[in-house]
Amino acid sequence: MNDTDVLHFVIVGHVDHGKSTLIGRLFYDTDCLPEEKLAEIKQASEELGRPIEFGFVMDHLREERDQGITIDTSQAFFKTKKRKYVIIDAPGHVEFIKNMITGASQAEAALLIVDAEEGVQQQTKRHAYILSLLGLQQVAVVINKMDLVSYNQNRYEQVKKELGEFLGELGIKPQYYIPISASLGDQVAKQGDAMTWYEGPTVLECLDLLEKKQLPQHQPLVMPVQDVYKNGSKRVYVGRIAAGVMTEGMDVKLMPQEQETSIKSIEKFLEDPKQAVAGESIGITTTDAIFAERGHMICIDGSEPSLTTQIKANVFWMARKPYTKGDRILLQCATQEVYASLNPIARRIDSATLETIGTDATKLKNLEVGEVIITTEKPVCVTAFNDVEELGRFVLVRDNDVCAGGIIIVPNIDEGGV
Amino acid sequence: MDHLTYLENQSIYVIREGYHQFRNVAMLWSIGKDSTTLLWLVRKAFFGNIPFPCLHLDTGYKFQEIYEFREKYAKEWNLNLKIHKNEAAIARGVSPDTGKLECCTELKTNALKDAIKDFNFRGLYLGIRRDEHGIRAKERVFSPRDKQFEWNYKSQPPELWDQYKTKTAADEHIRIHPLLGWTELDIWEYIRREQIPIVSLYFAKNGKRYRSIGCETCCNPVDSNADTVDAIIEELKTTTQTERSGRAQDKESAYMMQKLRSLGYM
Repeated sequence: MNDTDVLHFVIVGHVDHGKSTLIGRLFYDTDCLPEEKLAEIKQASEELGRPIEFGFVMDHLREERDQGITIDTSQAFFKTKKRKYVIIDAPGHVEFIKNMITGASQAEAALLIVDAEEGVQQQTKRHAYILSLLGLQQVAVVINKMDLVSYNQNRYEQVKKELGEFLGELGIKPQYYIPISASLGDQVAKQGDAMTWYEGPTVLECLDLLEKKQLPQHQPLVMPVQDVYKNGSKRVYVGRIAAGVMTEGMDVKLMPQEQETSIKSIEKFLEDPKQAVAGESIGITTTDAIFAERGHMICIDGSEPSLTTQIKANVFWMARKPYTKGDRILLQCATQEVYASLNPIARRIDSATLETIGTDATKLKNLEVGEVIITTEKPVCVTAFNDVEELGRFVLVRDNDVCAGGIIIVPNIDEGGV
Repeated sequence: MDHLTYLENQSIYVIREGYHQFRNVAMLWSIGKDSTTLLWLVRKAFFGNIPFPCLHLDTGYKFQEIYEFREKYAKEWNLNLKIHKNEAAIARGVSPDTGKLECCTELKTNALKDAIKDFNFRGLYLGIRRDEHGIRAKERVFSPRDKQFEWNYKSQPPELWDQYKTKTAADEHIRIHPLLGWTELDIWEYIRREQIPIVSLYFAKNGKRYRSIGCETCCNPVDSNADTVDAIIEELKTTTQTERSGRAQDKESAYMMQKLRSLGYM
């Protein structure tokens, strides 16, 4: 087993299609369930007068167990012979979509689960759309409850076709469509003999085939400044490298003030590193006196992010109170915070059907996606999401609450066109 | 980047984020392996000069080894150590014998409430982890508590990427959980890699060791011969027992931990 490799994946799909049950089954069949936990689940199931409920591995709140529903996202850890995994369970009920997004935003890959009997439902589609908005490329489909349709291959093919067409519209190409029964265990960790017509991998084999997402080390250096500390007589700028590699002595440019300097030292406690890479939290000192603060960017001259006030983006609105065109709202991107407004809202989209609800709209409501132009009150340093992820995604905050997540399509519409 | 290095860097990012947002923060140091690992990461985040206090909630029932360890390293690491006790409850005779829910709530949760009020802390670092307990698995990295200290687990704020809930109403405080994504095994592998000093109760003596420590009255040792960090790591790779199997407060009833935590317990 590769001890240093841990893959984060999320299980999404419509309510009651079996997300929590699949996770429980994976744990059970891979012997990752401690005895005491199993006993606790058996007891809690018995108290409710039910056979053993695998969903209780993740559904731990009393309200979740009594109602048989996942309220909030949860994470658990398990391992195969190949590597370790963090499983992120996401609620399927429309009421808890912000919890689903919270879970999915931490994942490198997703399993989209669909009930063979019920077929594609509202949250199947919405969750798939959210995966595409979050830029999750690695998706496998799990067609569950095959036992309820007598393990019928035709039904499997029907669901596969229906869902495949929808996912195609979103640009998602699933690597696998796996027919399973999470409650009985067919094709989860073991093949079983109920579906000999299926020749692809089991869920467990599929997980081992997913690829670990790599940190963007091969891109030009960008480090958003997180804070400034006085360490003895030194001013140390701390932050985490968003992309690229930093080396001592390197010439850098500080944005937005476009000041040039070079890296005098890379600072870590009781270490003296000469180099640091994407993902590392470090401190730096510079050869020239600079006046940097949180939100500024250390980057490379000639390949710096766009400095812009006009951004084209897709946003997912997830607050009860709608957004009204032109309202002032706080945009947070990496360590930057700036007030902004959305105007125009070029297109309003129903996140469950992908249908256009309106163009040049005045409002954006809960669970809707907007194609918008964002105007910021001060210039910000951003990139397209496909360029540097950390600088291409943001949240919108109103009254201290995160109301929306967004992905940048064009960082500077003055330069890039619309 | 290997997984431990990834976890370390992510935790340091979260620690620095919390300090930037609130400044008036503290970390809870129970002297156990998790909060001592957290302390190690906090020292790294601030280059050895921690700009806030370390708070120890002393129930009076802690192991002697814990008190000794606390004194030794508070001095060696130059910590701003604050010790807080719910003296009124102790005087009233609250103890594990009079009821574990009340005892934990009074001597830990309410002691913490008083400390937060006295020092006006806006943010509090805690070393809890998702894999310790199903209820903790539901936590956010930045988790608000209202003025009654309650955790509204049915409606938590969204947490996307590394954008955390940082702005709060004046009467809320935020729990900051830099170790949420670490497992028990990660903690021990990191302790080995970094050679972090750990209180001796974790290492087996006469066939027993503590896997999780708190109050002497409510902790039971597990059968084990693991007397070194290496041996503990080997043991954890094959065990089928849960980490908190020796902790009494998790077990009194099925949803005791949920109840404790919704009232503000760690």
